[in-house]
Amino acid sequence: MLDSKIPAGKLEEKWVDYKGHCKLVNPANKRKIEIIVVGTGLAGASAAASLGELGYKVKAFCFQDSPRRAHSIAAQGGINAAKNYQNDGDSVFRLFYDTIKGGDYRARESNVHRLAEVSVNIIDQCVAQGVPFAREYGGLLNNRSFGGTQVKRTFYAAGQTGQQLLIGAYQALERQVALGNVQMYTRHEMLDVVVIDGKARGIIARDLISGKTERHFGHAVLLCTGGYGNVFYLSTNAMGSNVTAAWKAHRKGAFFGNPCFTQIHPTCIPVTGDHQSKLTLMSESLRNDGRIWVPKKQNDDRKANDIPEEERDYYLERRYPAFGNLVPRDVASRAAKERCDAGFGVGTTKQAVYLDFRFNLINKYGRVEASKLGIENPDEATLVRLGKEVVKEEYGNLFDMYEKITGENPYEVPMRIYPAVHYTMGGLWVDYELMTNIQGLYALGEANFSDHGANRLGASALMQGLADGYFVIPYTIGNYLADEIGTKPIPTTHEAFEKAEAAVSDRIKTLIGIKGKQSVESFHKRLGKIMWEKCGMARNEKGLKEAIVEIQQLKKEFWSDVRIPGNINEMNTELDKAGRVADFIELGELMCKDALDRNESCGGHFREESQTEDGEALRHDDQYMYVAAWEYKGESDWQLHKEKLEYEVIKPSQRNYK
Amino acid sequence: MEHYSMNLTLKVWKQQNASAEGNFETYQVKDISSEMSFLEMFDVLNEQLIHDGKEPIAFDHDCREGICGMCSMYINGRPHGPWHGTTTCQLHMRAFKDGDTVVVEPWRANAFPVVKDLVVDRSSFDRIIQAGGYVSVNTGVSIDGNAIPIEKDNADKAFAAAACIGCGACVAACKNSSAMLFVSAKVSHLALLPQGNTERKNRVMNMVSQMDKEGFGSCTFTEACEAVCPKEISITNISRLNGEYAKASLASDKQ
Ligand SMILES: Cc1cc2nc3c(=O)[nH]c(=O)nc-3n(C[C@H](O)[C@H](O)[C@H](O)COP(=O)(O)OP(=O)(O)OC[C@H]3O[C@@H](n4cnc5c(N)ncnc54)[C@H](O)[C@@H]3O)c2cc1C
Ligand code: SF4
Ligand code: FES
Repeated sequence: MLDSKIPAGKLEEKWVDYKGHCKLVNPANKRKIEIIVVGTGLAGASAAASLGELGYKVKAFCFQDSPRRAHSIAAQGGINAAKNYQNDGDSVFRLFYDTIKGGDYRARESNVHRLAEVSVNIIDQCVAQGVPFAREYGGLLNNRSFGGTQVKRTFYAAGQTGQQLLIGAYQALERQVALGNVQMYTRHEMLDVVVIDGKARGIIARDLISGKTERHFGHAVLLCTGGYGNVFYLSTNAMGSNVTAAWKAHRKGAFFGNPCFTQIHPTCIPVTGDHQSKLTLMSESLRNDGRIWVPKKQNDDRKANDIPEEERDYYLERRYPAFGNLVPRDVASRAAKERCDAGFGVGTTKQAVYLDFRFNLINKYGRVEASKLGIENPDEATLVRLGKEVVKEEYGNLFDMYEKITGENPYEVPMRIYPAVHYTMGGLWVDYELMTNIQGLYALGEANFSDHGANRLGASALMQGLADGYFVIPYTIGNYLADEIGTKPIPTTHEAFEKAEAAVSDRIKTLIGIKGKQSVESFHKRLGKIMWEKCGMARNEKGLKEAIVEIQQLKKEFWSDVRIPGNINEMNTELDKAGRVADFIELGELMCKDALDRNESCGGHFREESQTEDGEALRHDDQYMYVAAWEYKGESDWQLHKEKLEYEVIKPSQRNYK
Repeated sequence: MEHYSMNLTLKVWKQQNASAEGNFETYQVKDISSEMSFLEMFDVLNEQLIHDGKEPIAFDHDCREGICGMCSMYINGRPHGPWHGTTTCQLHMRAFKDGDTVVVEPWRANAFPVVKDLVVDRSSFDRIIQAGGYVSVNTGVSIDGNAIPIEKDNADKAFAAAACIGCGACVAACKNSSAMLFVSAKVSHLALLPQGNTERKNRVMNMVSQMDKEGFGSCTFTEACEAVCPKEISITNISRLNGEYAKASLASDKQ
């Protein structure tokens, strides 16, 4: 039933071959074809702009007041590409290999290889748009390293890479809006997909200012709606990030792939109290220059700078000498949790470890600058001062952000950090063409499950989002639409539109009519707590089974006791949030179910029952070498379909970063 | 860092929708921790309002990391509040002390009509970008990224200008409601790079003309914008825009 449509042939020729043979739509016909793009983050904006340029009639939607504000804007550290500008042995194959290995052998080889191939085009495209990447003095592009790799292939713009890439895509999108090729609907939320004769033919959206529901037709529908990390309530995602669009598609028949694969990022600012509304990431790029440590003594209450060198445990460097501070995220997160659970944590809550820049500030940057300036035997104060200048240029905004939030100056004292929910590898199941199992319904960017297996490497989400939007969908969608050129736009008076809109309106009325006692936020917090404790960094059978019961209970309580003030036909942020939290609750249950089914540890999914002697994740390839694609059957009822993963080029082995 | 807790009086602008009259409402909030962000303090207030059966205050926010540009509160007479180079979402409650009264309003400018409470419509900024804030290049160029070396100094300046988050604080701070800092940041970003060179004349003319059409006021160089810009966009960008504009006008005169 699941056809991944992987083209035949040699791995490195599949994409070239595909492009050479896929069906095309001629320019005159493109103008007759309408495409709906939901979401205008990196994936959606790049797709909408590129499809508009090709001549399709595009309608794009986002819930923020401008496409420039999508969650992608917050990405900090960088974007990978196999350019090998550093001459350090990088290649398309190596990027492909690192990504497959980083994902703990749970991703499709064909997709990942294509991703590595087009990575180089992304950089060229962005430079041409005027994205101001970091440069060296010679005027050429600069690179930094990210976790899980031993080469420098990450392109960046200080700690604001996502912002600069999104602004590039946004500008390309606004250019198409100006040319009349794209019609932009801001402050609109998609609340259902309309399926006619098995094909996606449009959406129901709600205007978030007037509260009115609308019907929109499209020959195809693209969901570029981001990830669902906010199911945990606290995460590094933007406040509005949600699963609603993907979830509605799921309930309409689209399979959900690997829902339990979530990424916990090791370096985030720790929680300070119950008021906490979100967590702030401190980019992985900081691990280029920051060293992670805890005191060697348990419950050591001394200030960080008072603890002498020999009493510090640089536990990542100790446990993983080959990769040191640059091990992948899942490994680094678990190691931090292990130290804190064992009583070595720091700060008031003891749920934190240090990320310390002093060593590199002095030894790496300070000394180079001093030697450039011809200062002989510089003292430590001089080295610190000189080093600071360089660090400021590399990560200045991140250091400022840390100081604003914590009130501490990270140039002087080490940052305190702790793992937090960050990214979701799972998402709508898609085939090689990025099409879900519903004809004409596509999923791009973080919203699909595709390329990162069980753990995403740093700087590869931006790469995937832009690959999907700029370089994959413009080809693969043609292969479908070529057969649709005879399909006239379906009037939105069609019964399927009517039914879908009525269902959406009914649900809104039900929600607002509950008039219970508890706020939406309080339900969201409770869901987050269940998920974090029982489906978070470590999972086990007992906890997951309990979580499922608790979530079902929470769902009942939500639908009988949620309080939503205000009215339907006006701007009502509580109502918007209520719909999203209701979907998160259902998703939470499926995540636990998926985590329960997968009785192995792989990547970010750590089942306590399945670990090696020294506490590393232990896979069971014989039983779980598959993508779990869940079909929605009804309330709390799903059927599992398995897409077997075939490794033709890489031989899966136990990951080793030692 | 010493943490403390505080009680505050809030005077917040309430306005049901674009056409309704608005007014200030007064609220009391208690036991606010100095570790909270300003928006988390608003979360506390909104939870309290919902609990009391009232409607919460609508405000725009998303990333809460100072980068999306969505948050937009005019706090005690200053866009984004008292901290320099800081968005509303990054402002933390240690900026206030027990017993303070805090007045919160939406951005006020003709080109930014109020949608509800503290939410305003900034789509005029998108239309200014549509007028020319881009490089006209389609997907699929094949020039290698390193084929265009860019002097580091120019690249850095372009990046500093491109850091604008489109929040609109510059407009809110300006007595003329001018959008010059925003427009000049985009003009500078692209004018400083070789990629933006071909279209630089049309770009500046069209963007400025759209800015005027949207009803933003003219720039009288009061520098109020720079003082409140959360990304510390420099007013030298305005001088650069003026230079670009003069050159472009001259060129079109000669035709
Ligand atoms: C703090 C942070 C830092 C990161 N840093 C990096 C990094 O350095 N490198 C890297 O590679 N990755 C990074 N990531 C991950 C990366 O940013 C995201 O995975 C990626 O940007 C997602 O892009 P997207 O286009 O898929 O979705 P998003 O950018 O999340 O966009 C979603 C879009 O969908 C719209 N939308 C959603 N639902 C609806 C609906 N129902 N109706 C209408 N519109 C809807 C939204 O309005 C928005 O436009 C980071 C993530 C975080 C949280
Ligand atoms: S110039 Fe500054 S204040 Fe104005 S929109 Fe940009 S970031 Fe905001
Ligand atoms: S909420 Fe994004 S900048 Fe403040």
